[in-house]
Amino acid sequence: MKRRNFLELSALGFGGLMLPAVPVFGDIVTPERMLEQVDPALKKRLADVALNTAKSKGANYADVRIGRYLQQYIFTREQQVQNIVNAESYGVGVRVLANGTWGFAATSDVSDKGVARAAEQAVAIAKANAKLQKEPVQLAPVPGYGEVSWKTPIEKNAFEIPVGEKADLLLAANAAAMDNGANFVNSALFQVNEQKYFASTEGSYIDQDIHRIWPNFTVTAVDKASGKFKTREALSAPMGMGYEYMIPKASEKIKGPEGTGLVGYRKAYDMLEDATLAAKQAKEKLTAKSVMAGKYDLVLDPNHLGLTIHESVGHPLELDRVLGYEANYAGTSFATLDKWKSKNFKYGSDKVNIFADKIQPGSLGYVGWDDEGVKTKKWDLIKDGVLVNYEAIRDQAHIIGEKESHGCCYADSWSSVQFQRMPNVSLAPGKEKKNVDQLIAGVDKGIYIAGRGSYSIDQQRYNFQFGGTTFHEIKNGKIVGPLEDVAYQSNTQEFWNSCAGSCDESDYRLFGSFFDGKGQPSQISAVSHGSAHTRFNGVNVINTARKI
Amino acid sequence: MAILSKEEAQAILKKALGYSKADECEITLTGNVGGNIRYARNEVSTSGAEENVSMAVESRFGKRSGVATINEFDDTSLEKVVRRSEETARLAPESPEYIELLGPQQYTATKAFFESTNKVDPAYRADAAAKSIAAASAKGLTAAGFLEHYSNFTAKMNNKGLFAYHPSTSVDFSVTMRTEDGTGSGYVTQDFSDIGKLDTGKASQIAADKAANSRNAKALEPGKYTVILEPAASIDLLQNMFYNMDQRNAEEGRSFLSKTGGKTKLGEKLVDERITVYSDPSNLEVPSSPFAGDGRPQKKVTWIDKGAVKNMYNTRYWASNKGAVSVPPPGNIIMEGGSQSLEEMIKSTKRGILVTRLWYIRTVDPQTLLYTGLTRDGTFYIENGKIMYPVKNFRFNESPVIMLNNLEALGKPQRISGSLIPPMKIRDFTFTSLSDAV
Repeated sequence: MKRRNFLELSALGFGGLMLPAVPVFGDIVTPERMLEQVDPALKKRLADVALNTAKSKGANYADVRIGRYLQQYIFTREQQVQNIVNAESYGVGVRVLANGTWGFAATSDVSDKGVARAAEQAVAIAKANAKLQKEPVQLAPVPGYGEVSWKTPIEKNAFEIPVGEKADLLLAANAAAMDNGANFVNSALFQVNEQKYFASTEGSYIDQDIHRIWPNFTVTAVDKASGKFKTREALSAPMGMGYEYMIPKASEKIKGPEGTGLVGYRKAYDMLEDATLAAKQAKEKLTAKSVMAGKYDLVLDPNHLGLTIHESVGHPLELDRVLGYEANYAGTSFATLDKWKSKNFKYGSDKVNIFADKIQPGSLGYVGWDDEGVKTKKWDLIKDGVLVNYEAIRDQAHIIGEKESHGCCYADSWSSVQFQRMPNVSLAPGKEKKNVDQLIAGVDKGIYIAGRGSYSIDQQRYNFQFGGTTFHEIKNGKIVGPLEDVAYQSNTQEFWNSCAGSCDESDYRLFGSFFDGKGQPSQISAVSHGSAHTRFNGVNVINTARKI
Repeated sequence: MAILSKEEAQAILKKALGYSKADECEITLTGNVGGNIRYARNEVSTSGAEENVSMAVESRFGKRSGVATINEFDDTSLEKVVRRSEETARLAPESPEYIELLGPQQYTATKAFFESTNKVDPAYRADAAAKSIAAASAKGLTAAGFLEHYSNFTAKMNNKGLFAYHPSTSVDFSVTMRTEDGTGSGYVTQDFSDIGKLDTGKASQIAADKAANSRNAKALEPGKYTVILEPAASIDLLQNMFYNMDQRNAEEGRSFLSKTGGKTKLGEKLVDERITVYSDPSNLEVPSSPFAGDGRPQKKVTWIDKGAVKNMYNTRYWASNKGAVSVPPPGNIIMEGGSQSLEEMIKSTKRGILVTRLWYIRTVDPQTLLYTGLTRDGTFYIENGKIMYPVKNFRFNESPVIMLNNLEALGKPQRISGSLIPPMKIRDFTFTSLSDAV
């Protein structure tokens, strides 16, 4: 665990309040300060100091990231605001190639002197480590883009909305849940703004302003007589959007399956509506039928399937994992290079088309350029069920015969070294017109699963067990009632080969992970996964009820 | 200036507190200096050094509270951070869970700072990695490892007379070794306060042996097995249990310690009577901070006494609200064990499975503390006291509460993740499926 500038909320004295353990970087500042921007001309001057110093000390390549990372997190429970965190982290990271080896150093001293010293240190580290290097680093070519800028296309900057207004929305959602029978409710709003300036000796000076938002809650229902308790999580998605995501819009709602009352939210969330339903469903879970273990056809909601894609496709196709760089922590991958080279490795059925991208509007991964100055794009990972590509950055592209990087390099802070991270990885919707009720109509014995639950998968990404937030039994093409104690266990390749098709494009929406972890010291990143409702046949379902 | 002495920290805190105009003010000063080295494919991939000192000021006017932080310590900056916390406090809503700051406290003496760890330099790190890589190369294996060390201090002062200071050091080392053909994998992890106790070459030998011996594992049917869990395998499950012993959650009916009718399991037998678990900041093997984040003294607290729930932790607000004894969450976990070594435990096992590491552990049901996850990096079949052959990895679905009821034997406790945990022999551990992962 990385400890520098890393304040767990519990360390701030808020332990034991059921707050999630989320990382907060940097110093606590006032909300007004978060609206300030650093002048690009100043950043360019500092960047040139870093690049020139690195070159003069013997670097063949250098890049510099001047980053201002802002976070505002609001936490509430029932009728009270528990905590508001406003954090800012500002500094510079310099990465160099000298003697064919990487070196990296970072500093919070954003002055000519501080930046130059970091550049010198980075070159010194590269030269020291070069003695242990077997082969020199090879970088895929990238054009110099000159002075350019990019901004997440937001309508309303969440940081401009008064904190009180945002806290009131969370408290109103809590009240909606309590009024509808919840015993407890914890809610939170996470907002992130990365102001990143990247420059490299390739001739790029890239200024980017990136926004992300995630509203979330957990509703708890307790039955004192039986001593049972059940929770229902929000069915929101973390998004690469501004505060417009928090304003309900009828046109962004997709009706869930008949008999569930569920609503899918595309690019606008209705927190009050979801909290109201959540309270009813949490109570319903207390008396819901316990699932009979066995084989079922599963119909998975995009708000659930997103993390299944994340774990069973996104991670195993990270090229650094495939090569062994993550062996001690996250693990390696079953999707080895020989399988890819064979050109006929059936990752899934012919209905499975999975693509990677960093350009989907509204997604968490959407940026103009990645953290090593590569223009972002879209590419195929699995085509008609066959494995066709990986996720690679500049120093890996040559290993898989690519002429350019995929543009998925990322660092979670100016003080962290950038490395290969998961781009958005999404399942293409079906081509045939179909809504979720039509998809369910073909299922004789099945389970409909929505929302995130427990996600566990092995270190090579073969065997997984996933839960969910809500479960509904499907009999003879219809939802017949809620189920509980459901988890499905499968093998990645077997699971994706059981894919029997998805709803059409109109059903497609994004889900994602706001705090995906990787690396040692650990870094977080945010990534989206799009899909439409999808059916998987004959999946092994277990019953998770126990007595202690 | 990253690791300040008690006197230096006290001087800065006094000066900052002098600027306070609030009803109540508490200031926490923390610092750390550390470094790390990471290697994979038998070469160093990244290494770095870090240093940071930070101050957090909490000011209170009545029941309103505000926090501000800073990492500059000249007089102007100190005054600025105090003012900023006061401005934030004035704007904050009144906290319904307000409780007055603590006054002067008595803290247990602990020895957690070791100069050996404090003086580690890049050359030490490179050498530590080289020794580990050499252990891999000697057996034709591929190593991926990570070593991280820190010196830290925390100091706290408030205007009610509280002052606390605690310096500490730590080192964490882990390595995974894999066979060239990818059919075998072995792991070891160790952590210490005193880096003098760490020998990365010797530790890596354990991972190397496990990797070499785990080639071509056989598949056993999933089901209920007697297992020997090494401390590195059981620690996460146990931490998930002991860090979930919050009194408020239990009384609110949303914990594994909740009972019907809004009652809790406090005082009741929960697990096998050979299980006794406590925390103690002054333990020499696993020293921890003598005070909690809110300044409460950490004392020796027994959580499970001969199988029964003895204490639950709480916040000061909840303790006062419920008229309960105020108990901070544990700083370490010490589980009493026996005298048997791991080898002796294997010798006394008729049939069982030795588990090196459990991975990707996630909650399945918070009510029963049911967790799922997988074995990894060294899973072996034991028959008639001998390790017979490596077996394929399993997925488990198990609750630590059930596991500690199915206890067969406890070995000699070892340090793992800052806690002392014995190797444990458990019957009927539930493996629900097989994994092809190596």
